[in-house]
Amino acid sequence: MPAIEAHHLYKVFGRKGREGVKRLEAGADTAELKRAGLTPAVIDASFTVEEGEIFVVMGLSGSGKSTLIRMINGLHPPTSGHVELHGENITAASGKDLRRLRRERISMVFQHFALFPHRSVIDNAAYGLETQGVAKEERRRRAHEALEMCGLTGWDEHLPSELSGGMQQRVGLARALAADTDILLMDEAFSALDPLIRRDMQDQLIELQQKLGKTILFITHDLNEAMRIGDRIAMMRNGRIVQVGTAEEILTDPANDYVAQFVADVDRTRVLTASSVMEPPAALLKSDQGPRAAHKLMREHQLPAMFVTGRDRTLKGYVTEDEVGRNLEQKDITSLLRPVADFARVGPDTLIADLFGPAAETPAIAVVDDAGRLLGVVPRVTLLAALGDETKEALSA
Amino acid sequence: MPEDMATGTVVPPVPIGSWLETGFESFKDTFDAVFDALRDVITSAIDGLAGVLQAPDPLVLALGFALLAWLVRNWKLGLGTLVGMVLIIGMDMWEPAMDTLAIVVVATVIALVVGIPLGIWAARSSTVSRILKPVMDFLQTMPGFVWLVPVVKLFSIGVAGAMVATVIFALAPAVRLTELGIRQVDREVVEAGHAFGATPRQILKDVQLPLALPSVMAGVNQVIMLSLSMAVIGGLVGAPGLGSEVIKSLSTLDLALGFDGGISVVILAIFLDRLTGSIGTRRPGRGRIRELRERFTPAASRTAA
Repeated sequence: MPAIEAHHLYKVFGRKGREGVKRLEAGADTAELKRAGLTPAVIDASFTVEEGEIFVVMGLSGSGKSTLIRMINGLHPPTSGHVELHGENITAASGKDLRRLRRERISMVFQHFALFPHRSVIDNAAYGLETQGVAKEERRRRAHEALEMCGLTGWDEHLPSELSGGMQQRVGLARALAADTDILLMDEAFSALDPLIRRDMQDQLIELQQKLGKTILFITHDLNEAMRIGDRIAMMRNGRIVQVGTAEEILTDPANDYVAQFVADVDRTRVLTASSVMEPPAALLKSDQGPRAAHKLMREHQLPAMFVTGRDRTLKGYVTEDEVGRNLEQKDITSLLRPVADFARVGPDTLIADLFGPAAETPAIAVVDDAGRLLGVVPRVTLLAALGDETKEALSA
Repeated sequence: MPEDMATGTVVPPVPIGSWLETGFESFKDTFDAVFDALRDVITSAIDGLAGVLQAPDPLVLALGFALLAWLVRNWKLGLGTLVGMVLIIGMDMWEPAMDTLAIVVVATVIALVVGIPLGIWAARSSTVSRILKPVMDFLQTMPGFVWLVPVVKLFSIGVAGAMVATVIFALAPAVRLTELGIRQVDREVVEAGHAFGATPRQILKDVQLPLALPSVMAGVNQVIMLSLSMAVIGGLVGAPGLGSEVIKSLSTLDLALGFDGGISVVILAIFLDRLTGSIGTRRPGRGRIRELRERFTPAASRTAA
């Protein structure tokens, strides 16, 4: 069951919000509603977030993303549509049930930290446990653990105002983690931090997520941040979700011009992976084939060298045309095999940026899966072509 | 020309005053018994407190006030308080000063008990806020003397009427600054409370009120100041205290008595203002007791060593 399901969420601010929704459903546009004194913030937003996923909602300011995230935990009741958390409809929940859900299921990290300035760091971190009714000793212990996990030790008894911005947001994160809910909402959580600290926090968040397996809904206006941490990304514009997909899908197949323009400046080599540029091997050599067959294949494809696999496609090594040509009388090519160096074999999720180093040393990189099976090949030429595409786009943009 | 026209104008007469009076009379007749009971309660409360304040030797109590001022603020205020209080004793104004102080304390407590919840209510409901705003404007701008007339009618001459007029006159800042303080609390911080599943009551108690405290305390300070000024005016309707001394000096043109009374009011005002003003500006989040303990810990450990 998905952790979060949003079904056709609308939020229209103004006296007659419901009417605004009807008009939007009938095809009215935002400008028309604005003339009628209504402000549509979120229009027909639907998405699901799977358990343990980092789902990023990315949009510029005013795109409605902050309103959207607040509908997920009911801080803003939707004008229309509903939200389910693990199948439980929170939009229809009573005030009491809603508070229970917030205590047990879903916690939040805020853009401007929203720490309680009159409470010490540890009492801030323990706040969620306090509303859950956990006894004082226990909650201080768990809050302390959460602070440690977020890299903040020795500040327990200080006031938030005595901490730097980055440290304050660690307290905000610790407060959400200490509550031990399985869903975490993060509203532009790192936007107020300076770039270096932001990167640091992003890494830490990914690490924490891998360790704790939380479901994270992350809001940002920073595309690089979205691409860095998001398993999937929802692109938002003027209240609508215009595309949902992985970073690669959005880069390689933008849903419309807006998204295309938006992602034009992204450093593709840091988003796209080996799997997206690799080619199927032009021809495959099996290790039990003879040198003559091999030599013929290599001449046909004009290849100076070829990867050799076993029957189950596991990568065995490579042979060069020179050597095969000089040893045509051998029974099979096993004796001519050379091992593929570690740097020349990469996983499918390796970033393109990390292929340039190996490509300088070898004419072709082998992409293999965890079991060592050959998935594809990235020849140096292909890599340069992929980079060239981007340069071309950058020049035309 | 019809006789009921206002002189020299075509505007028909609008006797709001006499309408209010008619309404007021029927109100009074209906609730006469309530007001009698109220008068007894208020009078005995003030008499009781005044009795307590006047029971110990004036010098002992003056020292007590000085000690309090030192604890709450610093030794300078403590010393100033001692000098001021001794001056009041010297001017033979101690007894009326304590009467006035009793009225101020009781009026402040009542104004806060009524005003702070009203302020909280106004902060949470814009409708309530919209209704209370003109009412508070009305209470605050109406000249204080005007309240003396209806209260004398309701409670007759004496301290009870003066007290009620004082509460009405001093109420507004308690409501306003409480509302303002709560509304000024960072929206995101309140949201954080909601996001972690706190009840509205928990949010009020743990987040909004503590963060609104400086503003609320500024309100308390103003309530006390307004109470003091109105308690003095209450002398006009027979309330005991410094006010009645000043009125006495006015009717006998006794310059010396007038200044003695006036200076005593000033001393009392400065004492109360500095005392309560410093409470509002202290760092949020540090308990009063804790702060005092911290202040005394070095002293205590020094004596121990």
